[in-house]
Amino acid sequence: MIKISNLKAKIDNKEILRGLNLEVKAGEVHAIMGPNGSGKSTLANVLTGNENYEVTEGEVIFNGKNLLNLNPEDRAREGLFLGFQYPVEIPGVSNATFLQTAINEIRKYNNLPEITPKEFLDRMKEKAKIVGMDSSLISRAVNTGFSGGEKKKNEIFQLLMLNPKLAILDETDSGLDIDALRIVSQGVNEFKNENNAVILVTHYQRLLDYIVPDFIHVLYQGKIIKSGGKDLALELEEKGYDWITKGEK
Amino acid sequence: MEITSEKSEKSLADENIINEFTGSEYKWGFVTDIESDDFPKGLNEDIVRKISAIKNEPEWMTEYRIKAYKHWLTLKEPKWQNVKYPEIDFQDIRYYSAPKKQPKLDSLDQVDPELLRTFEKLGIPIEEQKKFANVAVDAVFDSVSVKTTFQETLKEKGIIFSPLSEALKEHPELVKEYFGSVVPYTDNFYASLNAAVFSEGSFVYIPQGVRCPMELSTYFRINAMDTGQFERTLVIADEGAYVSYLEGCTAPMRDNNQLHAAVVELVAKKNAEIKYSTVQNWYPGDKDGKGGIYNFVTKRGLCAEDNAKISWTQVETGSAITWKYPSTILKGDNSIGEFYSVAVTNNYQQADTGTKMIHLGKNTKSTIVSKGISAGHSNNSYRGLVKIGKNADGARNYSQCDSMLMSDKCGAHTFPYLEIDNKNSTVEHEATTSKVSEDQIFYLNQRGIATEDAVNMIVNGFCKEVFKQLPMEFAVEATKLLALSLEGSVG
Repeated sequence: MIKISNLKAKIDNKEILRGLNLEVKAGEVHAIMGPNGSGKSTLANVLTGNENYEVTEGEVIFNGKNLLNLNPEDRAREGLFLGFQYPVEIPGVSNATFLQTAINEIRKYNNLPEITPKEFLDRMKEKAKIVGMDSSLISRAVNTGFSGGEKKKNEIFQLLMLNPKLAILDETDSGLDIDALRIVSQGVNEFKNENNAVILVTHYQRLLDYIVPDFIHVLYQGKIIKSGGKDLALELEEKGYDWITKGEK
Repeated sequence: MEITSEKSEKSLADENIINEFTGSEYKWGFVTDIESDDFPKGLNEDIVRKISAIKNEPEWMTEYRIKAYKHWLTLKEPKWQNVKYPEIDFQDIRYYSAPKKQPKLDSLDQVDPELLRTFEKLGIPIEEQKKFANVAVDAVFDSVSVKTTFQETLKEKGIIFSPLSEALKEHPELVKEYFGSVVPYTDNFYASLNAAVFSEGSFVYIPQGVRCPMELSTYFRINAMDTGQFERTLVIADEGAYVSYLEGCTAPMRDNNQLHAAVVELVAKKNAEIKYSTVQNWYPGDKDGKGGIYNFVTKRGLCAEDNAKISWTQVETGSAITWKYPSTILKGDNSIGEFYSVAVTNNYQQADTGTKMIHLGKNTKSTIVSKGISAGHSNNSYRGLVKIGKNADGARNYSQCDSMLMSDKCGAHTFPYLEIDNKNSTVEHEATTSKVSEDQIFYLNQRGIATEDAVNMIVNGFCKEVFKQLPMEFAVEATKLLALSLEGSVG
């Protein structure tokens, strides 16, 4: 699905990613954990093409294409989705208009016909139910006046609507109470299948109780310094990051 | 209160996107090649009389013009508005221009095909009547009204919708009663000038109890070089009547600036309602601020009696300089005034626009929603007055002024004035300033939406409250216009 090799990137002339390697295959869920400032969000932003970040070295192959050569919208159209840590508000633009435009742009790029209004409405209803969003939220402006939890649910709702190949979820669990966390996780589990993949970026082990990853990677100072199975999360929960990062300083 | 944009460090990338974005060219800049029957440049009493004579006006109108002209001579050009432009030489303007081949008015076949092509390019629905089956159009091409449609249907209901010159001949008593009653010739410098030299306009009268079954629409276009356009619109809704009136404007590209000083007067009687919508797309000048229309317009409505309602909706994307304040005098008790506005300025455009709500009657209500969008090096000001007279018990006003900045070289300013002489009244004012943020654009990019479409989506969302007030076909046009005036070649 995606292969990241020796990725280096900086923001404001400060190097954040320092030679990151990661491969994610279809059907897999990877969790990327690590202390604050280790570069987790940077990785999400660099992969999706945020222009504030400058890639200085490395290569990312996504579905056989050189991802770093594509502009942000084409990366999305290729099937890359970012669940934002801080979803922005877009006043006056309804969720429905926004999503219909997004779906059709992605379809157009892939030489598919536009979604019919009926198909779109049916999908909206079906997916909204999964994340427990009522219809009023759908007709409201994108994230405008939404609570923190509603915004995160809306990200997962969009994930289900757009059905990408690879979802990167950046701290989707932050700021959620336990009920919202369960709903959001349900949405992600609903999305997951053998043809797509998920990269979870998180601070906390608790998300991984609901979405079980196949691999866990510890990111520290811009590099993956340890990888393991799902048990690694428990170990991190118990011992913190110190035992791994000690030798790295 | 004054809110001005400040430089932010992060906005460089933003700026590049938006610079390219907002550097689009004017798409209506073609010139129609028709022989014109022009007056020489300059203004004097003789010219005023000649304009009146060429239109075969009754004597009272000629006298009215002369009075206005003499009054105008005593006035000085106003300088208080927040716009800058070189001194206008009023003797360097041609005050009358009409297509020489005066078309017959009975059939489209008889209209100069060159002219029809112009209309076609403009997208004026005159030939495409099938498409716009519900719109009656009075097209004012430079100074002579070319073709008025749907006259018959309207006639059956007793509705008068005709060029002003024709109304002067056929309904002189009606015109005389209302002409200048809301905007007198003494009102201001440009209103005086207009009263002296107005060359054409539209006249609408909706009789008692009649609901006008279609949107009435006028398109204005300035064609001849150096021609000031001074049209006049007079709309009267008698007791219990309703009318929705649409006005659209474009002008061809010229290097020099052209003056447009129009006057619009609305009169709503008891229980009557007038909805007046404008989509203004005059040539704004080029990227460096050369050329473009000076749009100095006086628009005012009078809720003359109880329960009258006047609603102004405007989408202003054009003109080098816009200077207009569609206002409503709420004289009748329980009367309602509304003002919904979107003003877009780009490159070196300047806009100083807003409204005046004058509450005189009891329990009068007014709503002001203004959305200003500034891009490039432009300057966009909202200027609004809410005045509550001493007898206006229970009067209420709500004002909301939102500004959106699309570069760090543009300006957004808000000048709200309040004059309240009655303690039993409520006035609320809200103002916000926002910026199209890189984060918003990236968010939409990440969902597969290209930057240009993303900016359009964000700006349209910002204007939604106003667009939903527009009649359907105008809302579509407004959305397109907005996209065009902010469009560019985003790589």
